[in-house]
Amino acid sequence: MSESAMTSNPPVAAEVRAARSHLARRMLKNPTGLAAIIVLALIILLAILADVLAPMDPSVANINDVLAPPSALHPLGGDSAGRDVLSRLLFATRFSIAGALWAVLIAAVIGVTSGLIAGYYQKWFETVSVWIISVIQALPGIVVLLAARAVVGPSLWLIMAVFGLILSPAFYRLTYTAVVGVRNELFVDAARVAGVGDVSIIGRHILSVVRAPIIIQAALLAGIGIAVQAGLDFLGLGDAKLVTWGQMLSDAFSRMYQAPTLLIWPSLAMALTSVALVLFGNALRDELERAAGKPKRRRRGVAAVAPKVATEKPVTHAEAQGDARSTLLEVKDLVVGYDQPDGSLKQVVNGVSLMVRKGEVHGLIGESGSGKTQTAWSILRLLPAGGRIVAGSVVFDGKDLAGLSERDMVKLRGRRISYIPQEPMSNLDPSFTIGSQLVEPMVVTLGISKAEAKQRALDLLGRVGLPDPQKTFSSYPHEVSGGQAQRVLIAGAVSCEADLIIADEPTTALDVTVQAEILELLRDLQNDLGVSILIVTHNFGVVADLCDRVSVMQNGLIVETGPARAIFADPQHPYTKALFEAILEDGAARGPLAHSADRNTVTVRSTVTEKSAR
Amino acid sequence: MTESTSASRAGEPLLVIDDLVVEYPAKGFRKQPFRALKGVSIDIKAGECVGLVGESGSGKTTLGRAVLGLAPVTGGSVRFKGQEIGHLSRKARRALSDEIQVVFQDPYSSLNPSLTIEQTLAEPLRVKKMSAADSSKRVRKLLDQVGLPSDAADRLPREFSGGQRQRIAIARALALSPELIVCDEPVSALDLSTQARVLDLFKDIQEETGVAYLFVSHDLAVVRHLSHRVAVMYHGEIVEYGDGDKVTSDPDHPYTQRLLLAAPVPDPIRQEQRRADRRRLLESQREMELQAGAV
Amino acid sequence: MLRFILRRLLAGVILLLVVSSVAYLLLYLGAGDIGRQILGVTATQEAVDAKNTALGLDQPLIPRFLGWLGAAFTGNFGTSWFTSQPVVAAITSRLAVTLSLVIGTTIITAVVGTALGVWAARKRGAADRLVQIVSVLGFAIPGFLIAIFLVNVFALNLKLFKPTGFVQLSVSFPGWLSTVTLPIIALSIGAIASIAAQVRGSVIDTMRQDWVRTLRSRGLSENRVLYRHVLRNAGGPALAVLAVQFVGLLGGAIIVEQIFAIPGLGPIATNSTAQGDIPLVMGLVVVTAAIVVVVNIVIEILHGFLNPKARIS
Repeated sequence: MSESAMTSNPPVAAEVRAARSHLARRMLKNPTGLAAIIVLALIILLAILADVLAPMDPSVANINDVLAPPSALHPLGGDSAGRDVLSRLLFATRFSIAGALWAVLIAAVIGVTSGLIAGYYQKWFETVSVWIISVIQALPGIVVLLAARAVVGPSLWLIMAVFGLILSPAFYRLTYTAVVGVRNELFVDAARVAGVGDVSIIGRHILSVVRAPIIIQAALLAGIGIAVQAGLDFLGLGDAKLVTWGQMLSDAFSRMYQAPTLLIWPSLAMALTSVALVLFGNALRDELERAAGKPKRRRRGVAAVAPKVATEKPVTHAEAQGDARSTLLEVKDLVVGYDQPDGSLKQVVNGVSLMVRKGEVHGLIGESGSGKTQTAWSILRLLPAGGRIVAGSVVFDGKDLAGLSERDMVKLRGRRISYIPQEPMSNLDPSFTIGSQLVEPMVVTLGISKAEAKQRALDLLGRVGLPDPQKTFSSYPHEVSGGQAQRVLIAGAVSCEADLIIADEPTTALDVTVQAEILELLRDLQNDLGVSILIVTHNFGVVADLCDRVSVMQNGLIVETGPARAIFADPQHPYTKALFEAILEDGAARGPLAHSADRNTVTVRSTVTEKSAR
Repeated sequence: MTESTSASRAGEPLLVIDDLVVEYPAKGFRKQPFRALKGVSIDIKAGECVGLVGESGSGKTTLGRAVLGLAPVTGGSVRFKGQEIGHLSRKARRALSDEIQVVFQDPYSSLNPSLTIEQTLAEPLRVKKMSAADSSKRVRKLLDQVGLPSDAADRLPREFSGGQRQRIAIARALALSPELIVCDEPVSALDLSTQARVLDLFKDIQEETGVAYLFVSHDLAVVRHLSHRVAVMYHGEIVEYGDGDKVTSDPDHPYTQRLLLAAPVPDPIRQEQRRADRRRLLESQREMELQAGAV
Repeated sequence: MLRFILRRLLAGVILLLVVSSVAYLLLYLGAGDIGRQILGVTATQEAVDAKNTALGLDQPLIPRFLGWLGAAFTGNFGTSWFTSQPVVAAITSRLAVTLSLVIGTTIITAVVGTALGVWAARKRGAADRLVQIVSVLGFAIPGFLIAIFLVNVFALNLKLFKPTGFVQLSVSFPGWLSTVTLPIIALSIGAIASIAAQVRGSVIDTMRQDWVRTLRSRGLSENRVLYRHVLRNAGGPALAVLAVQFVGLLGGAIIVEQIFAIPGLGPIATNSTAQGDIPLVMGLVVVTAAIVVVVNIVIEILHGFLNPKARIS
């Protein structure tokens, strides 16, 4: 089903192909990126053409032009020594930028190479690198540069080379993190199994991943390089033979009272270049994230501009006789959508209607992307950012939750409707003890004292089958196993005596034997407390184990609903039938090799089967 | 087997693992290394599918990785067609790439997102110095073999669904016509209906090419569907190994029995029965343990 | 906890040793004829030789280094070659000035940066864009450029603050405040930009965590979850950035002090560098490295307080 959805959906394919178009091309389409590139290109062009464009020699001083105002001869005037400011600005651009690029180049070569080696081979190289870096970073860059200046003297290139060394940990760390991340990716393992050598793996699989982040980092560091270089020259520690922005600033600063406008030109040049570099880096990062992030796991929901409510009615089985329990939750024609950046709405639930009775366990079953979890979250009104209930109603105990204020919703959550999540380990705050995460909601929603809440929490932890409640209470989430964490979350869900528990795939992340125990626990609690449960799952076994009634979901719609036994006995909707057919549990085993070889593998029959049959 | 000339005959031992130990060095100083496999023995015949079942932390994935040379073997032997491959150098290991291949679990991280399908599939072919024209032809054939359109070659992984990506991963594994494919939970991340179809593809390919599978999974039903023989792992050891039907429907080892009865059957009436069976089993096993402890 | 601090302190001392050794060896190996440098080109060779002997420079490098190290352990870093003032005295009188500037800036940075970051993460939309623009400008434009601008506008034109000079904190608080306001603004803008961007990013990331939904499902309001749970989790990465910022501010202060004529470490750092006054440069290197070590330990302790996982390892 999901496999054919892709090829039969040309607009999506086209959109994805557009997103793939080269990163550089997309940068040119990004307004910020384009502006930054144009500014940077212009500045670099001026730097290169300084000889041609400068009206005079930047170091020739004319006593008559000291602090001269702008004129035809000196478009930007003269400086404190009577040198032409425009010419100096052009040459300063050249040397300032060259100095920064030189530092970044050195930093990149050292940092990327060592990052690749340390990340790929790790072991001792990594240890040594970490120590060298902590030595380099034990001092502020400026202090190291000052010390270096004391040794090597006022040479722009040597100083900036030292600065490159100081910057190299930034590249090292970036490359190292990326390499460690990528080398554990399965595609690197697959390449290794495919016989690809280390050098090729680094080149093909790893460098391709870190290339763009390195460019971003280089842009940001170039800005810092310009600033630091200017700072040194401003302090008067630079090479007096070369003109730079920092020297122009220093000169202008000393004459600030007489000619404040002299400060403008080097400041403007520096600010413009630095801002352009940062914007370039930011735009590239945005494009990179956009390329990697969004279409990762496509939701199969039908994209629509205006909310569309599907009108097809689900196949409804007759209710079991004598079920007189009253309705607790009634969802009607629920439409859930996500606002897209372009103003459109991406619908993920297209008109779901379902009903849960008091004390009932209701299964909501469907495959990934069917909208079952979205439906569950909208009942709690806890959709991720951008998601909202577009149409329909969620009537709980006579109140329509779809229109309720957030303040009223807060009062309802935990106390009346609670939630058991899918992935136990990621659903506990890692910074707080398990106990405090149980106590806090009880104190807030039930208004009981901390001591009372603690006693209740300990009782609950024992009730959900944890062998040592006191120990679990004071543990942090990373100190317990997945199965234990799920018991803790179940304890949290029943802690405030809610009437309805929304359980979103509560056993999917667990091992089969743990799953059986958790299902057992849920059944016991449900029997004891008489609470209603809406359980979201993709597993027919879980439904068969727990549920009174079932709704089958596909493409944001309920296609079939009714008592569990009726649906298992006689599925009607083609989709439900297809799902049942895909179940393997009742299938025949494949049998021993000899038989299948006999049956199917024509080429290897003859003696082999006889041999292994014996 | 159409492509490979050195194909072993079905039924002959292809891979023999004897008393295999894998230990991961512990993070801390002077800490005991973590023993992921504690002396595992298993064998796979040519053309056979051996299922390897276990829960998380049982060592099943480690066993697969040890066969692939991706896990540190510290004891025992891994013999492939008579040759010891447990401690090969990287270079010698690379030479094995046309004999042993892999399909991983996660269809999202097992394909490099920035390479096209053709680039991914051609990678092993290029390593074997195949010409560009030949490898392009081979790629199209592989795509056809796994049921994908040939225009898939120019696209990027993110344009494909989970099931399709797993087909691509299978095509990559088939590229060099290996004799053994280690399949590490290849259908666990897939939806029910997709899962069934990908499993059928595995079966078809095996019947067509005679390739052997080491099929790692946590799901007894999946393993039962595809495996000739099944091994059950628990705490780094194989606790039961034998005929697939027998192990998955009437197991001997107490752990396998627990595992079997823990999985809920998709039928409310039979599941009620199974629940009762499970409770009885746990009860009797507990009693036996108590008696064993009392002796 | 105590063991953790002791281990960090030991690592810090070793780091300090390595840094000062490397600095000492490079400085003296790289320096030319020191006596000549001090006395100038007009001095006779005899006078230069005598100067070198007086400074102990005729001794081989390694014994000289060990001597320096031994003296340094007793708190004696030698005397300046140019002013003959003891290095320790020269530095301590000015250290307090620089530290008051840098610590003041760090506190303001932490408070303002966190507030801006949370505001941007929470409101998104226009607030978010505003913070992002400020971040870009603050990050891109060097602090000393901002300092020059501030002197120009607020001190020279609007005459709201004194353009230069410094009043000790111990002498008069209002006086101190009026002389450090502009320097602190100049220094903090870039740091605030970094902290705000970091806090914004980690708050947004943390808000997407599964457990945020679960805590809200238990009946906790969004604000409670944000201020009690999300901020604590987002604090770790922000602290790491703050540590880096502190080191950067220490360097930035050297230039900014020059602009506002503040008698901190900046002026002596600049002078000793320009003159090649190696004992003083060495003293500065050791002192700043020690400050960095201490700050990193403090940050790590704070981090352990926020994050129980870090506490254990």
